[in-house]
Amino acid sequence: MKGKRVLTGRYFMMGNVSCAEGAIAAGCEFAAGYPITPATEVANQLAERLPQVGGTFLQMEDEISSIAAVIGASWTGKKSMTVTSGPGISLMLENIGFAIGVETPCVIVNVQRGAPTTGMPTVGVQGDMVQARRGSHGDYEIIALCPSSAQEMFDHTVIAFNYAEKYRTPVFILSDAFVGHMREEVVIPEAEKIKTVYRKIPDEGTDPQTIKGFLDEDVAPMPIFGRGFKAHVTSSCHDEYGKRNLIDISALDNFVRKLSNKILKHKDEITLVERDYEGAEIVLVSYGAVARAAAMAASIAREEGISVGTLRLITVWPFPGEEIEKMARKAKHVIVMENNLGQIYPYIKAEAAHFAEVSYLPPRMVGEIQSPEDILRKIREVLN
Amino acid sequence: MVQSILRAIDELGMDLDDFVFVSGIGCAAWIPSPFFNADVLHTTHGRPIAFALGVKMGLPHKKVMVASGDGDLVAIGGNHLIQNARRNIEMVVICINNGIYGMTGGQAAPTTPMGVKTTTTPYGTFENAFEDISGLVAAAGASFVARWTTIHPRQMTNSIKRAIEKKGFSFIEVFSQCPVQFGRKSGLSNAIQMMEDYRERSISVKEAAKLSKDELRNRIVVGELVDIEKPEMVEEIEKMKKKASGGTE
Repeated sequence: MKGKRVLTGRYFMMGNVSCAEGAIAAGCEFAAGYPITPATEVANQLAERLPQVGGTFLQMEDEISSIAAVIGASWTGKKSMTVTSGPGISLMLENIGFAIGVETPCVIVNVQRGAPTTGMPTVGVQGDMVQARRGSHGDYEIIALCPSSAQEMFDHTVIAFNYAEKYRTPVFILSDAFVGHMREEVVIPEAEKIKTVYRKIPDEGTDPQTIKGFLDEDVAPMPIFGRGFKAHVTSSCHDEYGKRNLIDISALDNFVRKLSNKILKHKDEITLVERDYEGAEIVLVSYGAVARAAAMAASIAREEGISVGTLRLITVWPFPGEEIEKMARKAKHVIVMENNLGQIYPYIKAEAAHFAEVSYLPPRMVGEIQSPEDILRKIREVLN
Repeated sequence: MVQSILRAIDELGMDLDDFVFVSGIGCAAWIPSPFFNADVLHTTHGRPIAFALGVKMGLPHKKVMVASGDGDLVAIGGNHLIQNARRNIEMVVICINNGIYGMTGGQAAPTTPMGVKTTTTPYGTFENAFEDISGLVAAAGASFVARWTTIHPRQMTNSIKRAIEKKGFSFIEVFSQCPVQFGRKSGLSNAIQMMEDYRERSISVKEAAKLSKDELRNRIVVGELVDIEKPEMVEEIEKMKKKASGGTE
């Protein structure tokens, strides 16, 4: 297997290992991280496999330097990533904002664990959902994907790299200890069947003075280092050329809006959902590991003759509000389920409540996915 | 400092395109950014060395130079400084040490001497100061360490040249006057007075070796403090990759 970037084949594989293989298949060449449960298997696999294909994994002194090194490497043109859990993301947030501000492609895998604070490391929760969206200071947009199987840890990591490169932005994989530690069948396709995207860069020899390398809603070419582009990269408010401007608030407005619009303008292409609610009276909305329970409950309910459908969010950020509205217009009842006390629920409710009754089914215990029985009980409850 | 860096690059017959410059936050971080017409990464406070590590990983054949201040590199970013000195990754780190937070209006830094009144220590600092940053970096494992002051521009240029050519982590500490903030707070009211003070307090490594610790109190030991050969991380990574991919070392 040494030297093979894509390990084509069928495996019984752990989600975290599958994630690392997805990254390498997507063309990742540099990863940096700091040990943390329940994300360590991703780092371990990257440390073993990246050098085999000419890449490097570095164990850093903390998560702050991990994301910093990832951003530095990305500016040299290397596809780069880091992997951690909630406490690590908390430390990374300032530099995640930096990556957004200077439009740096990179992938950040968060294998979420029991929180807040040091919490309970081996238990999966979906507690960092809004942190990914709003954790760093200021207005910004982010892309986040929520895998719900070991297979999707591979598939979504490939998509995350493609989105990162295409939109020049950090992309989150919001997994959790359940999905990360789950072992199940993973099929790795042949290399040529895996679609990979690389960032646009200016043509060689372009006059550096003419390069508009920033703030284009259709994504500016990235003036990566080492090619004579004389890139001036600053996270302070800057213009399309990267030139700093700290005195004119119209420059700040341009800076904030262009960065956000770059993601929002392409929301349709970024949004991935799984719809299975045609004609359903009740729709269960969920994501990640919880979606597995939702699918099971819906299937039992249908067997009992109750009209239940599902909507699974794969892209959670940018928030697919249009998809929620489309669903809610046809449904009578919407039941939202997450493995937390209701983080995405307010966003869903805001879009759906005009058209349907919206309620939340929390897990019986935070860290314990809703059982199909509990979901069925809730379904019967909303019907009465 | 700008002059010393540019002269060193010029005298080595190198071009700005041979470099990627990385800086943090603070007055000294403005040395390369935006003034150098080169690839420049102006990063978050305290983290330039960590960003620079990533840049070096991606461009092992380019020179990576960090220029920043004592607050950035030694206070908030202290761990990245010692960890990368330990790694002995090839890069040049220039630390402009003015003993104060200048940009934010003269707050006490870990390098501010005991007793000095600053904006955040109106009754005088009550903490022991970092008196020997260079010694810290040397102890952490850097290949090359030099210390100069702003009255030693020529010596500094020579040390920067050696640092650029060194296969390893090179650290240059520069005592630099901040008459606006440090000067006003410490009673040394102008730049000339502060530079005169540096001249009086400076003592060469060679001369310092003859004096006791007590005699060296309040002196600035200048010169090249460390210049050794040891395994460098980029080269070690290349060896590791060969091993991992089935090739021979």
